[in-house]
Amino acid sequence: MATSSQAKPITLNDQTTVNYSRARRTLNRFLRHRVAVVGLVVLIAIVLFVTLGALWYSEADANYNDTKRSLLAPNAEFPLGTDTIGRNILARIIYGGQISMLIGVTAVTVSVLVGTTIGVFSGYFGGVVDSLLMRFTEAMLSIPSLLLLLVMAKFFSGRIPQQEFLGRTFSGSVIVIVVIIGLTSWMYLARIVRSAVLSIRETEYVMAAQALGATHRRIILAHILPNTLAPVIVAATLGVASAILSEAYISFLGVGVQPPTATWGNLLEGSRRYIDDAPWLWIFPGLMIVLTVMSINFVGDGLRDALDPRSDKKI
Amino acid sequence: MSRYIIRRLIQAVPLLFFISIVLFLLMQASGDPLATLGGRQPPRAEDRERLKRQMGLDQPPLMQYFIWLVGNDWMVVNDETGETGTRRGVIRGDFGTSFVTRQPVIEVIWERMPNTLILMGTAEVVIIIVSLTIGVISAVRQYSLLDTVATGFSFVAYSIPVFLMGLMLMYIFAVRFRQWGLPYLPISGMFDPTVGRTFDQIARHLVLPVLTISLISIATYSRYIRSTMLEVINSDYIRTARAKGLSERRTLFVHAFKNASLPIVTLIGLDLPFLLAGAVVTETIFAWPGMGRLFIDHLTRSDYPVLMGLLMMISVAVVFFQLLTDVVYTWLDPRIRYT
Repeated sequence: MATSSQAKPITLNDQTTVNYSRARRTLNRFLRHRVAVVGLVVLIAIVLFVTLGALWYSEADANYNDTKRSLLAPNAEFPLGTDTIGRNILARIIYGGQISMLIGVTAVTVSVLVGTTIGVFSGYFGGVVDSLLMRFTEAMLSIPSLLLLLVMAKFFSGRIPQQEFLGRTFSGSVIVIVVIIGLTSWMYLARIVRSAVLSIRETEYVMAAQALGATHRRIILAHILPNTLAPVIVAATLGVASAILSEAYISFLGVGVQPPTATWGNLLEGSRRYIDDAPWLWIFPGLMIVLTVMSINFVGDGLRDALDPRSDKKI
Repeated sequence: MSRYIIRRLIQAVPLLFFISIVLFLLMQASGDPLATLGGRQPPRAEDRERLKRQMGLDQPPLMQYFIWLVGNDWMVVNDETGETGTRRGVIRGDFGTSFVTRQPVIEVIWERMPNTLILMGTAEVVIIIVSLTIGVISAVRQYSLLDTVATGFSFVAYSIPVFLMGLMLMYIFAVRFRQWGLPYLPISGMFDPTVGRTFDQIARHLVLPVLTISLISIATYSRYIRSTMLEVINSDYIRTARAKGLSERRTLFVHAFKNASLPIVTLIGLDLPFLLAGAVVTETIFAWPGMGRLFIDHLTRSDYPVLMGLLMMISVAVVFFQLLTDVVYTWLDPRIRYT
């Protein structure tokens, strides 16, 4: 900090004055995190690729199969080759990417809703509510989530018919996957929110609101929730990456999203059988998964540093 | 201490009870176990009824859970003959009979358990040794070449799903190596059936699955060890130890390492049962005949006695390792006391 006696505003360094708004400071902290910026750029590029790619190939192209052209190596007509029944892998990566990302974002929305609700109730009301909800959370954490996902995917599979959405047909399994990933990933969020609420509940402004006769609802919505936002945003961002991975795992094992709807995960299903002859079956979708997950993780790290500078960086 | 352990064990009972109810009710509706019993042909209607009664599937779900838990050898199951049931229930160690093989669940799991333990045990040893080495070296020589390489590697490996790692290793060390005329590794099963179950065969078949499991865990563990080591190395008592003239080796490995190992113990202890779940994927890719493959195989056939058995065993393992971690903690750090 400048200690000179000249009549200048107090400056942290030459560019950043303390007068900047909170949002601006957060943005600056994020931009200083080089890797996060690279991650964000890569992520935007991937999103553009899977959305603008739809201009080159229609969804019908992605699902069109012709066994006469099956397992072709990458060539001029099919830049990334064709799969076992002759579908264009590039087109499927584009449409699969849309679904994978959609699943990532919506599943996290479900898990944020569930996790925040449970965390807030548990932290705010305490007592019996708290111990019941936390025992439940503990029980959920004691079952490895991949196994739980597999069991639940089996449980719900085939129960939901195909859906029309935005003029496109989705296999019902997409909704199943979104719901079950959401329902098996809220536990850490609930714990984060609960501990944040526990400390906020004891602050003066909450006590003041209580003294003024504010209802529980108002205290929770207006005073407590906004202050838990920072850790929730960070956890949700990282959650998108792990939701995309979860989808890939269960689809790879064959109980996830069912064809013809493509996802990055189910593109890889069965590729092991062609490991000798057709490496393009798994290299390209695999690369997309790794790039996406990695860039989301980088962005999440950057957000953590930017939103919550005091927090310890978990590996 | 022993009072603490007993209290924790008592607390674990309702937790496991709760887990079992949730899982059992989920299983109930997860497909029809009878549909796949007769191979391709679905059983006839009267056979269906008989099979359902034999397997106890005609009971309401909560009753089925009750029988699963405490058995039915004390109640009359056939009014005409006054015959009692034969099941003894989970609390007396009877996990029921597999729908598919008609063997007791315990036997089905027992057969596969050694294979998974060989795989996971080897992987865990590799993970601990390699990540400790990398983690400690990159903390002591911060920003050295090894540290930079390890950082880069861990960022990438952290984002690679297990199945992709498996496919990549398979492609390089089996497919490519064979094409290049190098000695290549087997990619499926535990041993070559023409050679038999020899030590040499199992060791060769172990390499790729163990690498698959360990590489990703090494990435996270070594980062974690590096950061806890760094924290400890920069603390006052390490400076004191150095100032006293202790050898660098003694300072690092006796003074620093013991304190740095605290968070590492937590990480390993809590991760161990979850690694077991990760084995589902690895065992599927490499056709390793372990508990993970058993889970997938019996999941597709809705054989829920076996699935329940596996899931409950893993849940017990999770609870057990949580307790073990806490106990090891007090031994490593005498300041921590549980009452």
